[in-house]
Amino acid sequence: MKLIELKKVSKTYPNGVTALADISVPINKGEFVFVIGASGCGKSTFVKLLYREEKPTTGTVTIGGLNVGKIKNGKVYKLRRKLGIVFQDYEIKLLTKLTVYENVAFALECVGMTGKEIRPKVMKALERVGLKDKVRSFPNELSGGEKQRVCIARAIVNDPKILICDEPTGNLDPETSQDIMRVIENINNELGTTIIMATHDLQIVDRMKKRVLIIQKGVLTDDIPPGQYKAPKKEKGEIKKDESSKDIC
Amino acid sequence: MKAVRIFVRSVRDALKSSIRNFSLSFASIMCTTVTLILVAVAIVCAANVEKATKSIEDEMSIVVYLNQNVTEEQIKNVEIDIKSRSMVTDVIFKSKDEWKMELAKYSTTFETAFNFIGENPLMDSFTVKVDDIKKLSDTAKYIETIDGVETVKYGEEMVETIITIFDVLQKVVLVIVVCLLVVTAFLITNTIKLTILNRQSEIQIMRLVGANNATIKLPFIIEGLIIGIIGSIIPICVTIYGYVILYSRLEGHLFTNMLQLIKPYNFVFAVSFALVIIGGLVGMYGSLRAVKKHLKI
Repeated sequence: MKLIELKKVSKTYPNGVTALADISVPINKGEFVFVIGASGCGKSTFVKLLYREEKPTTGTVTIGGLNVGKIKNGKVYKLRRKLGIVFQDYEIKLLTKLTVYENVAFALECVGMTGKEIRPKVMKALERVGLKDKVRSFPNELSGGEKQRVCIARAIVNDPKILICDEPTGNLDPETSQDIMRVIENINNELGTTIIMATHDLQIVDRMKKRVLIIQKGVLTDDIPPGQYKAPKKEKGEIKKDESSKDIC
Repeated sequence: MKAVRIFVRSVRDALKSSIRNFSLSFASIMCTTVTLILVAVAIVCAANVEKATKSIEDEMSIVVYLNQNVTEEQIKNVEIDIKSRSMVTDVIFKSKDEWKMELAKYSTTFETAFNFIGENPLMDSFTVKVDDIKKLSDTAKYIETIDGVETVKYGEEMVETIITIFDVLQKVVLVIVVCLLVVTAFLITNTIKLTILNRQSEIQIMRLVGANNATIKLPFIIEGLIIGIIGSIIPICVTIYGYVILYSRLEGHLFTNMLQLIKPYNFVFAVSFALVIIGGLVGMYGSLRAVKKHLKI
């Protein structure tokens, strides 16, 4: 069952740069999809179109039957309540003066939930990411991986249908990255949440055996089914920007 | 209920933010305080000037003296003519005999003089009141042209000077107050702008988790309101205590008994209420400007 569909989507920024060109791709409910490509190839634009941070220049982006590009600015919040979003820069995205619990609860307070409704949801989300014992800690008392897990907990606390991750392991070491990936995979398996993850960490993509979309210079060049993607042999760890462009693009 | 919760949360956030950025808010609060003190002075002055103008209007009248040999019929015609003017509110006739009796009662010198002269040298008169002090001069000039009228007295120079002084005073105060309100709103705009910049992460998170625009904007608007209301506290105290002390020191009037001051009770509370409203509105206007300009959602 199609949950997300991009049809002939192009995005050209006001400065004339074309980030995406004529992309068409359907994504089913409950799928786990990687979006890979070199830096600047259009991965971030791809995910930004999904949470309506950007509008397509041409074509349509549909989520659950709703044409995202047609949503008025004042109504975007309705779409975002159905999505969970995780970024690379967790340092910026956590509120340093709030505890772990408060950071996660913040997402629900903003949409007007009561304390009684918030508490069980927050505890459940923190349990899922393995931070139940850190509820009273402040972000500066956490490791990078733990901070990113708080961000994931906040993204899933509202039971979103789709979890959009933009380079969530970008600032983490390989071991911590694996932990984060396990958490995200569990969310996908246990909650049935559709996951769209933009990354340039090919080792992770290789190990996860999920569907992979490869974007090169704004064009979708490959749509590889689950289990068939093989990272280039040369690359054992996280690939560097210039190398990635050599091997992928 | 959800809206109430969001409102309560916004108030809480705004209070927290005002305390967290107190050094920043302090400048705006002080500016609001200074402005509102001047606004209070302006309101107090304007209200008292209004009252003084009213009492002068009540006191000011035109005295119309008729010719010595005026007939009964002519007196009637003059009265009808005066009463026909729309601005005339009251016309009181006093005969020369009444004048004579009154003056004789007032002083024995007059009584002796009248006895010596024999016949009554005084003139019949009308005392005329008008609804607007500004129409006094024109009305007097008209009455002077009526047949049977000898002369007209109305303290023309004094009336015109008072009207001019009050008019200029009101306009100057109004201009100063408007300028200060604009400056205050501008300062509050800057304070809220810095708050917005300070809270970029929070705003970004709110956007991403699906907070609606009103929820994101409301705390900033309430913060402006709080700055405005806190800024009105000192001006309210100054108004209440200052005016009460001023009133008792001046014994309720300025220079002359004709210029009675407004009684403090009720008046100071009305002015205080106006100050809170003005402070709140200026604060909200300032923050709305900042939100519109700097909070891109």
